Amino acid sequence: MHTPDLRSPIARVHSLGSARSGTEVFVAQRLTAIALIPLIIWFMVSILSLVGADYETVVAWIRAPWVTVFLILLMLILFYHALLGLKEVIQDYVHHEILKTITIVSMQFFVITIALASVLAILRIALGGI
Amino acid sequence: MHKRPLSPHLQIYKMPMTAGLMSITHRMTGVFLVLGTLALSYWLMAIAAGVNAYLQAQQLLASVPGLVLLFLWSVALFYHFCNGIRHLFWDTGAGFDLKQGQISGYFVLFMTIFLTCLTWGIAFLGT
Repeated sequence: MHTPDLRSPIARVHSLGSARSGTEVFVAQRLTAIALIPLIIWFMVSILSLVGADYETVVAWIRAPWVTVFLILLMLILFYHALLGLKEVIQDYVHHEILKTITIVSMQFFVITIALASVLAILRIALGGI
Repeated sequence: MHKRPLSPHLQIYKMPMTAGLMSITHRMTGVFLVLGTLALSYWLMAIAAGVNAYLQAQQLLASVPGLVLLFLWSVALFYHFCNGIRHLFWDTGAGFDLKQGQISGYFVLFMTIFLTCLTWGIAFLGT
């Protein structure tokens, strides 16, 4: 059946109405939140056990294979969760269209760069000859 | 793009502290936690750079401003963590009536204080 479009042609040109996307962002935010629950608990317990530890102990901890895996997972999921959250906040509070786009794009470039740098740091510690 | 009909905005409603204030705090702690995550990235990069950079990072984090930031990040983390779980329950459709919302709100505040005290208690006993 043909569904009538309630929008006027000019409204459609201005992209008003449903964007027909967004649910996947909602789901991704929740999935990353769920994944972060055990990762954060594990990380906080580990960090507390490392208080006052010397350099060799910290490096040995990161080099343990599962710690390397969980640390990389933590950083990737944390930054993805942060990226989605920051994007939502910018979309809600920055009302100037051009400024909004520039802020979102710069934020995403920055977050992805730092996320990659963090993963590289973990891999350098885990694999490198420090 | 202009003069579209809008639903009544936030100022119209009178909300209990466990709704309005706790909602905006969730966002603010989330944004603040990004800075904490950057500190974590810096810490990892310092370890990767070698022992001298690591000691410098440790010194920076153990300074008074460093400790204040770490403390505030821990409060923000535990709040966002507990309130985030509260949100996940809401996403299933549970806990929506006024009384349940208030109980879970106060529980989140209690757990934030409890986990912060527990963490720093263990941290100080450990050193």
